[in-house]
Amino acid sequence: MIEKLSLYFQYPFVRYALIVGVLIALCSSLLGVTLVLKRFSFIGDGLSHVAFGAMAIAAVFNLSNEMLIVLPVTVISAVLLLRTGQNTRIKGDSAIAMISVGAMALGYLLMNIFSTSSNLSGDVCSTLFGSTSILTLNEREVILCAVLSALVVLIFVLFYNKIFAVTFDEAFAKATGTPVDRYNLLIAVITAVIIVLAMNLVGSLLISALVIFPALSAMRLFGSFKGVTICSAIISVICAAAGIIISILAGTPVGSTIVAVDIVAFAVCFIVGKVTGATKE
Amino acid sequence: MALLTIKNLSVGYDGQPIVSGLNFSVNAGDYLCIVGENGSGKTTLMKTLLGLREPLSGQIIPGDGLKRNEIGYLPQQTIVQKDFPASVREIVLSGFQGRTGLRPFYNREEKQEAEENMRRMGIANHADQCYRELSGGQQQRVLLARALCATRKILLLDEPVSGLDPKVTEELYKLIYSLNQEKITIIMISHDVAAAVQYATHILHIGNTVFFGTKDEWRVVAG
Repeated sequence: MIEKLSLYFQYPFVRYALIVGVLIALCSSLLGVTLVLKRFSFIGDGLSHVAFGAMAIAAVFNLSNEMLIVLPVTVISAVLLLRTGQNTRIKGDSAIAMISVGAMALGYLLMNIFSTSSNLSGDVCSTLFGSTSILTLNEREVILCAVLSALVVLIFVLFYNKIFAVTFDEAFAKATGTPVDRYNLLIAVITAVIIVLAMNLVGSLLISALVIFPALSAMRLFGSFKGVTICSAIISVICAAAGIIISILAGTPVGSTIVAVDIVAFAVCFIVGKVTGATKE
Repeated sequence: MALLTIKNLSVGYDGQPIVSGLNFSVNAGDYLCIVGENGSGKTTLMKTLLGLREPLSGQIIPGDGLKRNEIGYLPQQTIVQKDFPASVREIVLSGFQGRTGLRPFYNREEKQEAEENMRRMGIANHADQCYRELSGGQQQRVLLARALCATRKILLLDEPVSGLDPKVTEELYKLIYSLNQEKITIIMISHDVAAAVQYATHILHIGNTVFFGTKDEWRVVAG
């Protein structure tokens, strides 16, 4: 098995996949804690559907670089979703359901009408569930992904204390003079960037898992925000790396294998948390 | 000049006033209790004073050089917080957030002040403990310590003792009173008129009848 692995690792595309996978897992787990605690996990889900729609449009126009359209569309949707969540003419959750399902349906429709691809359902399936596309990344895409990830981590570290304050108690933060709306916007934009990044890895239907599972696992074990954040990052990175390696060895789909490993990790953390009594219910 | 001067203020939701025509002022060192029936708009008034919602009409004029980021606030607890993984120290430190601007981390003075405020509130030995494992009274002390990090001048408290048992309630009232003795201005919403009269210097009653005056004036009116 080790031999098989070392053979695979001679190929640059396998190394690229591992690098990109670990970076994406790191980013998504950092913000996961905040999204779960702010009860925003559904926004991640909604955005991933929007990203799918945007991807379909990019495919129709035959853009060589899909990021150019997917990233801005998703960021704008993130901002809009956050707004509708706050002023509630249409209830926040139904607004998200509307946008996400709508984007998904239109995306599939567009792809069907205009697609020039010979393997349409294959394309759709890989956009939804992640594909082997992570194994076909070229150097330019790896660099783009690395730069975006580094940016996300940097912003997270610099704004860590502010993100904490806004997550724990928005009313207090606002009353004492913190520009809460600006930081919520920042959180939404970073979330959108992460989701677009993660689409390559696990596909748009499975992104929420990448965001939610490590955070929930870590919350079983730790009682401080810093502890939860660091633990969640570690769990996420380990699961992603393990998932990618297993999928290469066993020939399983990358995205769902990573999510499966995340589920196992959650189960382990849940049991450990119960046994040690690290978290009181 | 007063710390806060309220002129002809109306507060409410969606353009519908709940309370209107409020006129009162709060001087440095005052202890003002806001009392009134459920739904009379006490919390809405406090949120308007804090700038969390816009007044429907009227003015709130800060005085004595009181700035936006010099106000301490103790909100009612939210469901999110009851299950929030955060240590006591992390929460208390977050009280400085209004002052740090774009500076990413807390400096040494702020860390020392946070420790000092935890000591004042008697929770220093819980500093590394998880907030959700503490008792209700301890949690309120944590939020008070956080509010003290945000201000040295004025504290607004929204029903700080709701859900606490009588003994803990009494302790918390004494703690808040001791802060007032240290020249911190207090504005507190309370259900408990008896306790309000015991500790406050001024009473604001809103609802069917609006009253503002000193404790002694209130005793005359209320008989």
